[in-house]
Amino acid sequence: MMKRPNVITRNIPAVLFLSILLTSAGSVFSTGSIVRTSDASEKDIPVCGDAFIDSSIGDASTLIPILASDSASHSVASLIYNGLVKYDRDLKMVGDLAESWDILNGGLVIRFHLRRNVRWHDGHPFTARDVVFTYKTMCDPKTPTAYADPFLQIKDAQAPDDFTFQVTYTKPFAPALESWGLSILPKHLLEGKDIVKSPLSRHPIGTGPYIFKSWESGAKIILIANPDYFEGRPYINEYMYRVIPDSATLFLELKSGTIDRMGLTPLQYQRQTATSYFFNSFKKYRYPSFSYTYLGYNLKNPLFRDKRVRQAISYAINKQELIDVVLMGLGQIATGPYKPGTWVYNPDVNRYPYNPQKARELLSQAGWQDHDGDGIIDRDGKPFEFTILTNIGNTQRAKCAEIIQYRLTQIGIKIKIRIIEWASFINQFINQRRFEAVILGWTIPQDPDLYDIWHSSKTKPEELNFISYRNAQVDDLLEKARHTFNQEERRHCYFKIQEIMAEDQPYTFLFVPEALPIIHNRFNGIEPAPLGIDYNFIKWYVPKHLQKYVP
Amino acid sequence: MLIGITLLSFVMIHIAPGSPADLLIQMNPKASPEAKARLRAYYGLDKPVYIQYLHWLKSIAVFDFGQSFSPDGRKVADKILDRMPVTILLNVLSMVLIIVVALPLGVLSSVYQRSLLDKFFTVFVFLGFAWPSFWLALLLMMLFGVKLGWLPISGLKSFNYESLSPLAMLIDYAKHLILPVLVSAFGGLAGMSRYVRSSMLEVIRQDYIRTARAKGLAEGSVIYGHALRNALLPIITILGLSVPGLIGGSVIFETIFSIPGMGQLFWESAMSRDYPVIMGMLVIGALLTLIGNLIADLSYALADPRIRVK
Repeated sequence: MMKRPNVITRNIPAVLFLSILLTSAGSVFSTGSIVRTSDASEKDIPVCGDAFIDSSIGDASTLIPILASDSASHSVASLIYNGLVKYDRDLKMVGDLAESWDILNGGLVIRFHLRRNVRWHDGHPFTARDVVFTYKTMCDPKTPTAYADPFLQIKDAQAPDDFTFQVTYTKPFAPALESWGLSILPKHLLEGKDIVKSPLSRHPIGTGPYIFKSWESGAKIILIANPDYFEGRPYINEYMYRVIPDSATLFLELKSGTIDRMGLTPLQYQRQTATSYFFNSFKKYRYPSFSYTYLGYNLKNPLFRDKRVRQAISYAINKQELIDVVLMGLGQIATGPYKPGTWVYNPDVNRYPYNPQKARELLSQAGWQDHDGDGIIDRDGKPFEFTILTNIGNTQRAKCAEIIQYRLTQIGIKIKIRIIEWASFINQFINQRRFEAVILGWTIPQDPDLYDIWHSSKTKPEELNFISYRNAQVDDLLEKARHTFNQEERRHCYFKIQEIMAEDQPYTFLFVPEALPIIHNRFNGIEPAPLGIDYNFIKWYVPKHLQKYVP
Repeated sequence: MLIGITLLSFVMIHIAPGSPADLLIQMNPKASPEAKARLRAYYGLDKPVYIQYLHWLKSIAVFDFGQSFSPDGRKVADKILDRMPVTILLNVLSMVLIIVVALPLGVLSSVYQRSLLDKFFTVFVFLGFAWPSFWLALLLMMLFGVKLGWLPISGLKSFNYESLSPLAMLIDYAKHLILPVLVSAFGGLAGMSRYVRSSMLEVIRQDYIRTARAKGLAEGSVIYGHALRNALLPIITILGLSVPGLIGGSVIFETIFSIPGMGQLFWESAMSRDYPVIMGMLVIGALLTLIGNLIADLSYALADPRIRVK
């Protein structure tokens, strides 16, 4: 999913600036500090108790996850529901509600063996019938879900017995397995009812580690530990999701110790939390996020048809400089559409280190030179100028645009920058292909299938290959890779795709930013892994003497 | 009049780029164009705008605001009722505070016109008017929330609210309201106190005030008994006009204090093109404006015998 600007963050620039002023004014903090002891033996035994107060700038929209498209809804719902499969800490697919699965007939059939003795939060037993029901709901044209696609490829789905679920595909489809990470819904509560009007959207009932307790719109959602959870009772008794729409307020709440976690900005990470108070009471984490930012070219525009021009621009942009300035060093250079360090990431592709001389050479090979001496390169009497578009609400992208503008001016390209509200940006410019270049970001999915973004059949209006990238070889490889379950073969295909893209430069891949969560240090058991830190939330605990909230 | 307002706003919303379906699926690699068409049909957006409008008008005539387009599909009326009480409470409290403070300020400024006191008050109220409320809010949060730890920073209830005794609940709630009410009242002082001041200045020069003084009445009863009562007439108009404002929260303000009120709801609905919710709020706003005007007219009659119909 492309990162959408959260609508509420629009006033950040001013507020952020002010909060810098404010925090630099105060250095003595009187609240929230916790007495720390170094009693290691006590720390090592996980105990139940305490509450975790999470925070976010947006409220959830519905807690029936198949209907939601916002990250707030999904992050709360992920504690309430389970899928059949999930990714483990090292990004390996493991069973969740399914204990194991077999891939049969060369990938045409997947057979899941489900866990027994799992109960819904209302006590009703979970069976394969719930899975069949969820599948049918996804395919029902009356369900307003955005995630129906992989389920429409299914020829047949059935439950031979209560704990076996079997799906048959018309063609082997590798991303299919991941799609079964979908939250399974309770049949006994939803069957025969209109899912949109179901009370479950405000009062969900799942199989997950936490049970829904209450929801105050726009303020907070409270969940409590599920004592019968099949992987064991979570240690932390209560999970509260607080909605604090303003990021400056959020930071003040963190400072006063009333929330236990927030995602920091690079500035907050590097400067504002570099005080002894934060050092003593919180722990900061950093790890590459599953997303990247890019400069994309409209390949239908004659300016960008020539590969050498795109390569030249890539050489002229100093990506490390973008990271150092915009992310304050908290990120790494992107070389393609995958996250560095994962199994599909190819580290040996062509790179484009900052080299303005090489950029000029490539441009002049393509016929772009400064013939009239006005400092702007031209060809056939037309100067090389274009506009970079990006969306309001994301200051990082706006800053990138300005730095790129500066660097490209140095090689004689004139750049204009336009920053546009999201809805018009997508409808008036992206969907109608009325743009020259854009700065945007994509999240990096765990399954590497990127058919929708790079395949040449996906260039119609409103489809995601909006830069109109066409490369027959990439098309073949994308198709081959999504129809095999052989991981080695898939890896081979995606490595090749990354090589071709590095050469073609349909985007100039800019950087992979880091996720920067900060968490109160009374929580133990947090183990950063390739998947991040949230995967073992149910194993986090607070030693008895540090527990803050006693129910 | 209502029809005019609703027709205009309905058309305006639909002209704005983007539709509720977009937010769910745009730029989402997992969503297909079929899914989009499905969503459009689901929301009834595939029909012409005028049909959508007539459809909406028909249900609104029986006070059915319809269902929200957001994924939770709640009733619009429920959504609005969820958010309205806290906004009204805040606005009423701050309105009361404004009146309580602005009346004496205005009166003193006019009685001691051009004195140092008058100038001080002028500077004070205009400071409140000009000072960006979000900045003031942040400064106060820093001071009272983080440094002194006396007041909560944002939200309306503490973590342990449910486990408190009724009295403690009330205190907790009140503590959360102090900063928001203070900040919003500070910004509104200027308008009210200047109105009071200028209308007092006008009244004080009237003959009947001189008469009152000539009768040998004490200065206090001249000012408060005779002058102020007459000077309050225009204030009634302003109060009447502010009735619709009572349900319309400010986005910036509610966002800073994390108050789930009407301002945030409107903003969210506008950004996600949640047409039924937007229209619902506009209709209520329009209705209240009309009612506010009516109340103002009626209270004129109450306050000023000359206006009463004989």
